[in-house]
Amino acid sequence: MTEEQTNTTPAPKRGVRLSTQIIIWVVLMALLVLVGLGLKKAQNPIISIGSEIPDFPLTMFEGYSYQGASEVNISDLQGKVVVINFWASWCKPCEQEAAELEEAWRFYEEDGEVVFLGIAWTDTPDNAKSYLERFDITYPNGPDLGSRISSIFNRNLGVPETYFIGRDGVLRSIKIGPFTSVQEIQATINPLLADNIPTGE
Amino acid sequence: MKRLFWITTFILVLSTLTVATVSAQGSTPTDDEVNAIAKQMYCPVCENTPLDVCPTTACKEWREEIRGMLADGKSEAEIKQHFVDYYGARVLAEPPRTGLNWLLYVLPPIAIVAGVFVLFRALRAWSQASTSSPQRATGAGADEDEAAPSSDDEYIARMEEELRKRD
Repeated sequence: MTEEQTNTTPAPKRGVRLSTQIIIWVVLMALLVLVGLGLKKAQNPIISIGSEIPDFPLTMFEGYSYQGASEVNISDLQGKVVVINFWASWCKPCEQEAAELEEAWRFYEEDGEVVFLGIAWTDTPDNAKSYLERFDITYPNGPDLGSRISSIFNRNLGVPETYFIGRDGVLRSIKIGPFTSVQEIQATINPLLADNIPTGE
Repeated sequence: MKRLFWITTFILVLSTLTVATVSAQGSTPTDDEVNAIAKQMYCPVCENTPLDVCPTTACKEWREEIRGMLADGKSEAEIKQHFVDYYGARVLAEPPRTGLNWLLYVLPPIAIVAGVFVLFRALRAWSQASTSSPQRATGAGADEDEAAPSSDDEYIARMEEELRKRD
């Protein structure tokens, strides 16, 4: 009896107005979405094996060029196999593979079907140039200006890292760590040249 | 006379060289000067360690680059801009005030002001509730109470009536 009467008694008005509450919740949800999107972007690479490489320019160090130009866009290299190697002068494992990469480049250079691009990651310009001279590296090389290239690959937790892009501009293979032989590099490139497309990391 | 001329010339040359050497030594930036800028930056290799205390080779090289730029007479702003251009804005400990980065600077003060406002409203509501209850108990403002009796009072009155009936 009294229960029914009690339930019908209007509750006194207290606290923040409904419209204000809605605004607060909307703002909070929008912030959560922003933070979530930021975390997702930070944790997931923009590209992964099988995805098309977005276009980016590589401005080369003084003395380096590709077909006479000091800057190359990845979109200009469609139809060729592209090998992108991230390195740094302070990186000891990079030194282990420097000679092998150069040897592999010289092996493929004449045919012009494979392009090697070296990208100095978080390196000072002078040290990077000294490293290139020390290992007599001749393939196109440039700094990762503004860390824009490494942010596309989002694999910037260390060097060396090497990315193999097929003739169709799609990422086909990733090598984390140094190569131990020229044959290892060739074993990854040759199937891509033959359009035989194995994928793997 | 000729001898005096040569001695004077020798002393002058020696003095000039000494001053030039001391001046060159004085222009070498100290670790403190380098670290004053380095502590405002992070290298991407070790994202959670400020550049001034990071022990990696990469960070040592960055500090040396700062030292070289200071020796070349570059200002702090120019050095930081060089690093941003070369390595990206992520090297800065304090994000640049552009785009969505503004949220980092604007939101905390807004959140504090909003929090203070909500707290103020809540405290005012509580203080009003606590001051209005004794008035009803002492009979002050009886007309208002009759016009708008509180639900608690009604409930208590009904409970008392029920208890009386049971007795």
